Amino acid sequence: MTIPRIEFRHISKTFFGIAHAVPALQDISLKVMPGEFVTIIGASGSGKSTLFNLCVGLIEPDAGEILIDGEIPQNRTGMVGYMPQRDLLLPWRSVLDNVLLPLEIQGIPRKESRQRAFDMLPHFGLEGFENEYPSALSGGMRQRAALLRTWLMGRSTLLLDEPFGALDALTRKELQDWLLRVWQEFGRTVMFITHDVEEAVYLADRVIVLSTRPGVVRRELKVDLPRPRRQRMIAEHRFGILVRGLLADLGVDV
Amino acid sequence: MRWRRDFVPPALLIVVLILGWYFVARVSGLRSFILPTPLDVFRAGWETRGLLLNAIGTTLLATGIGLMLALVAGIGIAALVDFWSLAHRALYPILVVSQTIQILAIAPILIIWFGFGLTPTVLIVVLFCFFPLAISTADGLTSSDPELIALLRAMGANKRQIWRIVRLPSALPSFFSGLRMAVTYSVVAATIGEWVGGSPGLGLYMLRSKNALATDQVFVAMFITSFLSIALFMLVYGIERLTLPWYHSAQRTEQWEGPGIY
Ligand SMILES: Nc1ncnc2c1ncn2[C@@H]1O[C@H](COP(=O)(O)OP(=O)(O)OP(=O)(O)O)[C@@H](O)[C@H]1O
Ligand SMILES: [Mg+2]
Repeated sequence: MTIPRIEFRHISKTFFGIAHAVPALQDISLKVMPGEFVTIIGASGSGKSTLFNLCVGLIEPDAGEILIDGEIPQNRTGMVGYMPQRDLLLPWRSVLDNVLLPLEIQGIPRKESRQRAFDMLPHFGLEGFENEYPSALSGGMRQRAALLRTWLMGRSTLLLDEPFGALDALTRKELQDWLLRVWQEFGRTVMFITHDVEEAVYLADRVIVLSTRPGVVRRELKVDLPRPRRQRMIAEHRFGILVRGLLADLGVDV
Repeated sequence: MRWRRDFVPPALLIVVLILGWYFVARVSGLRSFILPTPLDVFRAGWETRGLLLNAIGTTLLATGIGLMLALVAGIGIAALVDFWSLAHRALYPILVVSQTIQILAIAPILIIWFGFGLTPTVLIVVLFCFFPLAISTADGLTSSDPELIALLRAMGANKRQIWRIVRLPSALPSFFSGLRMAVTYSVVAATIGEWVGGSPGLGLYMLRSKNALATDQVFVAMFITSFLSIALFMLVYGIERLTLPWYHSAQRTEQWEGPGIY
């Protein structure tokens, strides 16, 4: 039996605001298997980012356990690749020094880490831009730089929090296809948060639907569309059925 | 062409102002010890150039030493306040109160304690300058983006790494604006110290000129003081632009140019 990369067991988390308690997540259990592409969808405030923050060790759950590669680590920070909702590139560092950040933190010698970065730059479409400051990059390139930074952490699992949320529709589609290509070529495991129903279906092996307050897993949907995915599949009948099902789960389509 | 756009207008204005001053001084018929003409001032400066050069040297020495000490004190206090929240609560209000105390009242006390000469002057420079440095550096250190810090933690960074990679760099712009303020005060602070304490710098030159009703020389000292302040300001600004090229990148300045509701 294969060991899941990530496993949440009965996770609950409540935030205590000034006026009232917010039950962000309640009794969440889910597994992500090696090499899987799982998308998580839910309305704003359904606790998607909280799920990631728990997984990377920024916050602790009130109840439940988080397993990484079958073990419950003492300290989860640094164990999975994490890309937050905003790209958060350091404005005072060049693109290269930004993407090298995780390697610098891990204490890897600069020569070696530069080599790793330069090997990956072409795959991320950043060749020739390594010496620019982030302010000189387009929105799409900034996202790619943030993704490369996450990638270079070298962890087998990547948690991507709405990486394409702020992009225009065309750039977004381009980056979706590009992400799927890199994912297939290098065989990492991906958890991907999105607001966009089509994006959730298009990318995923499995879609997890979260409901709002409390955030519970409302549904898990297997996407059995063939790979590699093509944008034209969006217009196909089977895709439409999946999207319609999701919209119903989200309570958008009645 | 930035150069031309940025420097020509103020230069023109200065020329116009000097001409206007010359005109007023001549037409009004005021006597030279009340309102000297620009030419009088220039001549007075030239005639006392030996004395002036020495005075400038003395003043710059006190300013320089004072600024260095203020840097050490300001950054030290900022770091202390940053690492230790008790110090923050205890020190911050006292720092602010310390700035409401009249330096002119403290100066004679410093002279009683430390005697005449360089020491009280240097101390007055420190008193003027450490405050903007301490406050701006402390504020800069707390200004870093919490999400950025969270990201580094998620990547497995320890406290030291977070300090070096995020907090220190994001404090720099604020530190530099404090430093610019400090150097602008510093020369004037030194002349005040000399005026009160009798160290032979521009302040004493000014005091003696005033006592001798040599108004033109007072003007000379005034101009040199502000020239030195401006030069120090520009020096710091230059260093800042070299140190923080990302902060002064072309895009950033362009964004804020042009007419708008701001
Ligand atoms: N640190 C915190 N303190 C207090 N409340 C919080 C905190 N973080 C999140 N919350 C609350 O928990 C709930 C879930 O937040 P979360 O950011 O996980 O939602 P999300 O699904 O990522 O939303 P979005 O799609 O808008 O990013 C929200 O109601 C939010 O107000
Ligand atoms: Mg979120």
